[in-house]
Amino acid sequence: MTGVVAYDREDAGAPPSLVPDYRSTVLRSPRQPLVRIPATLTETSGPTGHWERLMVGPSGIDMTTQHPGAPQGQRIVVSGRVLDDRGRPVPNTVIEIWQANAAGRYVHSADTWDAPLDPNFTGAGRVVTDAEGRYRYVTIRPGAYPWGNHKNAWRPGHIHLSLLGPAFATRLVTQMYFPDDPLIEIDPIANAVPMPYRQRMVGRFDIDTSVPAWALGYLFDIVLKGRDETPFEPDAGDDHDH
Amino acid sequence: MTIDLETRAPAPRQDNQDPAIFGQTPSQTVGPFFHYGLPWKGGADLVGTSDMGARPDLFGPDHYVLARSSRSGTPAGEVIEIVGDVRDANGDVILDAMIEIWQADAAGRYPGGPEGEPDPHFVGFGRASIDADGLYRFRTVRPGRVPGPGNTLQASHIAVSVFGRGVLKRLATRLYFDGDEGHDEDPVLQAVPAARRETLIAARDAEGRWRFDIALGGDRETVFFDL
Ligand SMILES: [Fe+3]
Repeated sequence: MTGVVAYDREDAGAPPSLVPDYRSTVLRSPRQPLVRIPATLTETSGPTGHWERLMVGPSGIDMTTQHPGAPQGQRIVVSGRVLDDRGRPVPNTVIEIWQANAAGRYVHSADTWDAPLDPNFTGAGRVVTDAEGRYRYVTIRPGAYPWGNHKNAWRPGHIHLSLLGPAFATRLVTQMYFPDDPLIEIDPIANAVPMPYRQRMVGRFDIDTSVPAWALGYLFDIVLKGRDETPFEPDAGDDHDH
Repeated sequence: MTIDLETRAPAPRQDNQDPAIFGQTPSQTVGPFFHYGLPWKGGADLVGTSDMGARPDLFGPDHYVLARSSRSGTPAGEVIEIVGDVRDANGDVILDAMIEIWQADAAGRYPGGPEGEPDPHFVGFGRASIDADGLYRFRTVRPGRVPGPGNTLQASHIAVSVFGRGVLKRLATRLYFDGDEGHDEDPVLQAVPAARRETLIAARDAEGRWRFDIALGGDRETVFFDL
């Protein structure tokens, strides 16, 4: 076979693996250089189209209706598109969503912060993008929470997002932040990404997708690695090496 | 002016919607609390219908809202088990890591690949969280060999992603099988300095499982790839 078309490499907005301000990276980041490898079918293929068999189910995209009652907090609608870095939509891909509750507490036994759990909120969901790469989900705005990185360390409110994308090479885990949050400026994890690229992770409040008397709207597009998919057209009668 | 009086929309700031900074969304850590949002029941069992891969013990049954995998039948091929740990630069076992795999079916087929569509009973994607005993586990089929660039043939391998608290971006590596044919002609293995290739080779343990330990640092740091 001939070579496969590689996906783009990471761009200038990618954080390094080692960011000493984020202390856990010190023992958990490779010191040897990453080895650049040729793109093969392994890196350029993925399970697109088989989500029902893998993981997507009735989990729904309204995270405020997964329990008998309504959760505490500010209801929000988050919507946007998944695109590649050439601006083309990425249809039919899974976005996995998880977050803390309105008080900044996770439903996780390792989260021991003294903030209330909400019996009506889990904070997990999945959504698959449509043919135009669009997605939309309903949740509540997550609260800030303290963590042990340094004295008086607080994470800005954020929604964790996981995207499979079309291929092994496009896998992305990220976080969405909120535009009016002063904690972003002093957060080592958000600031692992150099400015201005850090702002790619800050959603925009949007009055048009806010639902009157019901929910505030935020826009957030997610951009994955793309590749040159211009079809290769062999030149008839021209079979010498270029 | 801070508002547009016609629409009551705020003045734009530099954010996700600003075309001036359009580009790849930066990676962030999965953090320590992903277990109720990512690893699903059956996610680590690519052959059967067990609950392998999930950790519902970390959050309780009321908060398990994820679907489980619904496999349609048994895929062809040799069933194998993969087991390993993930260690930091001090050699300490990491308990809050997450591992994903992506692989061809037993005949070496990927979706959209030149050899035709994979076994209808097999989807080659799996996800496992580290268990309470400090190990991750997968059950899958031994992948067939897949064509590489040019006229090369890749040795049997599984693509692996490592995520965790303190891991700002996915670390990508590969698992190869000890004693397999084709290691000297595999284009990816050959791109790795010879002295470090052993970090990519899984070996059988006493129970016949393929053991693949991952080191994020230290003397025997696993080879990770720039994809
Ligand atoms: Fe978090």
